[in-house]
Amino acid sequence: MEFPGASGLIMNEPLLWEKGRAGRCGFSLPRRDVPFSPVDEALAGTGPDFPDLSEGDIVRHYTRLSQWNFCVDSGLYPLGSCTMKYSPKISEKQVGRRGFASAHPMIPALLSQGILRIMHELERTLCEITGMDAASLQPAAGAQGELAGMLIIHAFHRSNGEKRTKILVPDTAHGTNPASAALCGYTPVPIPSGVNGILSPDAVASLMDEDTAGIMITNPNTLGLFENNIAAIAGIIHAKGGLVYGDGANMNALMGIVKPGEVGVDVMHLNLHKTFAAPHGGGGPGSGPVCVKKHLAEFLPVPRIVMEGGKYLLSENFPGTIGKVHAFHGNVGVMIKAYCYIRLMGAEGLTRASEIAVLNANYVKEMLKNVYHLPYEQICMHECVLSDKNQNEYKISTLDIVKRLMDYGYHPPTVYFPLVVPGAIMIEPTETESKEELDLFITAMKSIAREAKEAPYILREAPHRTKVKRLDETRAARQPCLAG
Amino acid sequence: MRFIPHTDDDITSMLAAVGLASLDDLFSSIPAECRSREPLKISEAVTEWELNDFMEKLSASMASTPEYKIFVGAGSYDHFIPETVPFLLGRSEFVTSYTPYQPELSQGTLQAIYEYQTLTARLLGMEIANASMYDGASALAEALLMAIRVTGKKQAAISTLIHPHYRRVVRTYFEPAGYELIELPYLENGTTDITPISKIDDLAAVAVQSPNFFGCIEQLAGAAKAAHDRRALLVVSFTEPLAYGLYKSPGSQGADIACGEGQSLGIPRSFGGPGVGMFASKMDYVRQMPGRLVGKTIDAKDRRGFVLTLATREQHIRRGKATSNICTNNSLCAVAASMYMASLGAGGFRDLARLNYDKAEYLKNLNKTARFKVPNSGPTFNEFVVEFPPNFEVIHRRLMEQKIIAGLPLETYYPELANHYLICVTETITRDDMDTLVREVKS
Repeated sequence: MEFPGASGLIMNEPLLWEKGRAGRCGFSLPRRDVPFSPVDEALAGTGPDFPDLSEGDIVRHYTRLSQWNFCVDSGLYPLGSCTMKYSPKISEKQVGRRGFASAHPMIPALLSQGILRIMHELERTLCEITGMDAASLQPAAGAQGELAGMLIIHAFHRSNGEKRTKILVPDTAHGTNPASAALCGYTPVPIPSGVNGILSPDAVASLMDEDTAGIMITNPNTLGLFENNIAAIAGIIHAKGGLVYGDGANMNALMGIVKPGEVGVDVMHLNLHKTFAAPHGGGGPGSGPVCVKKHLAEFLPVPRIVMEGGKYLLSENFPGTIGKVHAFHGNVGVMIKAYCYIRLMGAEGLTRASEIAVLNANYVKEMLKNVYHLPYEQICMHECVLSDKNQNEYKISTLDIVKRLMDYGYHPPTVYFPLVVPGAIMIEPTETESKEELDLFITAMKSIAREAKEAPYILREAPHRTKVKRLDETRAARQPCLAG
Repeated sequence: MRFIPHTDDDITSMLAAVGLASLDDLFSSIPAECRSREPLKISEAVTEWELNDFMEKLSASMASTPEYKIFVGAGSYDHFIPETVPFLLGRSEFVTSYTPYQPELSQGTLQAIYEYQTLTARLLGMEIANASMYDGASALAEALLMAIRVTGKKQAAISTLIHPHYRRVVRTYFEPAGYELIELPYLENGTTDITPISKIDDLAAVAVQSPNFFGCIEQLAGAAKAAHDRRALLVVSFTEPLAYGLYKSPGSQGADIACGEGQSLGIPRSFGGPGVGMFASKMDYVRQMPGRLVGKTIDAKDRRGFVLTLATREQHIRRGKATSNICTNNSLCAVAASMYMASLGAGGFRDLARLNYDKAEYLKNLNKTARFKVPNSGPTFNEFVVEFPPNFEVIHRRLMEQKIIAGLPLETYYPELANHYLICVTETITRDDMDTLVREVKS
C-alpha cells in the first residue's frame, strides 16, 4: 500500500477582512414587522468594523481553510493522551435535533424531560464505568473537571474543619493537574516516578502528611503504564485523611477492565471528548464530568438532576455543594454525543474498545522498539512512549522525526511529554485504527528512522508537503500579533 | 464491530506479534485485585435506526421553538442562524481535528481562530482577544482572577446585575483562593450603584454587565473612571454581544477586560451549552491572560502562517504557575461565532441589532399600554423587566400550557422582586407573537 501523504492543489485564501466589499451581506435580514424606536444617542455606537462578504465568499473562505487542516476523518492521528478515535456521524445528527438544539436552559424542568433523561442516564452510566457513586456533567472540559474535583476535595477537608495546603502530583502528570490544584490554593508537591515508570508506595508515604489534601493520579499514567500500586497508594493517602483524585484522561484503556472507584479513587473526571468519542472540534468544546464516591456526593456542583414521581427535576437543595462551575448545565451538546456513543457500543463494545486500544498500542510499541528507543520495556496500556535517543547521534530530534511524519500523511504523536522521558514520542493509536493502517504507519516510522541515518537533512527541513513549512514560533512570541 | 475494524484474524496475528496469547494477557500487569469482577452493567448496543427513533422521541418531548414561544433570554438567546454556519462548521476538518499544536497541519483552525480573535476584539473595542473560554461565566471568573494578578490586590466588586449564575461561578472560583467578592447593589433605574467601591481598600476590579441582567445599559464610561481612580480594572461582562451592534463597545468606554458569552453569535442554545466564552483585554495585560492565543508569524519560506503563541502563560509549560488551568476550550464554537459575524458583516450586524432593539421596544410599549409596569426607565437591549399584577404565576402557568413562556420570574434571584419578570424578544419573535402574549396576559 502507498503512504497516504501526497501533494495536491491547495488554495490560498486571504484573511476575512482582506476580501469582500462594503455593502455585501451573507445573511437574510429577518422581516421588519415593527416600527423604528428612538435610540439614546449618547449610548449608541457605530457598530463593529466587520468585513462585508457574500454567502459565496464565506463558503469558499471556510472550505479552503478547512482543507489546510489534518483531522482524524482524513487520517491516523496518534496524539498521545488525546484519544483521537473515530467519532460516529450519527451522533452529530442527534445534537442537531430541534428539541435539543433549541432547548432553553432556564425554563421549568418539566418542559425539558428528554434532555434531562439523557443527562441522568449518562451520569448513571459513567458511574457504572468508573465504579463511582454520583456524577455531575457540569464541567466544560477535562481541566474544569479537575478543578471541580479539587474544589470538592477542598470542601471535604473544610467540612472536617481542616485547611490543608499541599497536594501530591506525580512528575508524569498533565500540566493541568498542578494548575488546577494551584487554582484551589494548593501547593503542588511533585513526586518522582520510580525507575520502572510507576509510582512507588514508599515515595508517596515519604511525602504524605496531615497537611496534604491528597494525591492527583493519572491511571494509566502518561507513560502509558498502569499504576499497579494504586490500591496501596490510596491506603497511604486515606490513612492520613487525604483523598485520591483520579485523572480520567486515559480511561480509554480501562472500560470494563478496571473501575477506579473500586481501587481507592475518591473523585475523578472523565473526558467525554476523548474516551467517549465526542469529536475534539480543533480544541473543544469538550466535557469533563466529575464523578465521586458516596462520601463526596454532597459537594458536587448544582443543580443536580433528581427523580421525583417519575419526573426528572433540577435540584439546588445540596447545602454542601461547591456551587456552580458553568453558567448552565455544561456542554450538553457534547454530552449527547457521548451518550449516543455509549448506546451504540453497549457494554461489550466499550470493553472491546479498551482491549483493542491496548492491543494497538502494544503492537506499535513492539514493531518500533528496535528502531526507536523504548525507555520502559513492559506491556503498555492504550499508549506507548518512545524517544529520539537512537537518532540523536545523527543530530536528529523528536521534532524532526514527527515533522517528517507529516509528509507521509500522518499527524504527529504527542511530543516532549511526559517530561521524564527526554525527546518523548507518545503514541496513542486508539482502537478505531485497523491493523493495515498501523502497519503502514509503522513502515513510515521505520522509513523515517532510515532517513535519519542516511539523509538527515530531509528530516531537518521537514515537512515538505504541507501548505506551510516550519513556522517561526520565536518571532510569534517576541513580536506578538494577535489580531489583524 | 462498526467502529472497531479488527477481524479475529487481525487480533490473532497482532497478539502473536506482541508475544501474547489472549487479549486478557494485555492486562496482566494490572494486579488481579484491581480487575473488574463483572461485565459492565450497561444496556446492549443499539442500531443506528433504533438510536434515531429513541432520540427523536426524546427530542419531541422538549419544549422547542417555534411551537413554543419562549420569551426568556437570561443569557441564552434564540437567534436565526444562517445555514452556512452549521454547514461549514460540520466539515470533518474542523470537527475532528485536535488543538492545533502542529501548525503545519492545522493552518485552517489557526487562521479561523486568528480571525475570531480579531473580530471579537473589533466587536468589543479591545486590542486583543483570546482563542476562547468555556462560557461567559468562567470567562468572568478568570477575568477577575486576572485582574487580581495584574493589580496585585485581593478584592473584587461585582454588580448584582451580573447574571446570577455567573456570580455563583465566580464565587466558586474565588472560594478556596480566599479572595474577597463584594456585591454592588442596583439603583431604581436598573443600573449598578458603583459608589460603594470608594470604601474598598484593596480593590483589584469592578465588574459590571452591559446589557445587564435586567437588559439595561450600564454607564460604562463612568464605571471605568471610578475603577481607574481606585487603580482597579474595569471588567465588563455580557451575555448578549449583539447589543454592541447598536450600543458603544466596552473597550471604547474604557473597559480593561471585556468577557462574556458568545452563544448569540450563530450557536444554538442547546440547553445552555456549548456556547463560547469570549475574552478580550488590553495588550498591556497579555502576559496575564488565561487561555490560548493564536499569533501571526512566517514560515521558513517567509510565507504568512499562524501558531499558538505565548504558551509560557499556559499550564502545559508553567504547570502550577500558569495563568489558568484551561486547556481544551470551546474552539469550534469560536469558529461558529466568527462565521456568523462574517456572514452578517458590519451592515448586517448593525441592522440585526437595531431590529432586536426595536422589537423589544415594541413589546415594552405594548406592556406599558396594557398598564403593566416597566420599572426601569433607562435604555435596554432585547430584554426588560415587567412588573405584572400580583399572582401572575397563575397566568404564567396557564400560558405555559398554551406553549407561551411569558418571561423568567425574577423573584428566584431577587427576592424583593415579586411579580417581576424578565422578558426577552429577539428577531425570531414576530409582532403577532408579541400581540398574542400581551393579549393573553391581559385576559
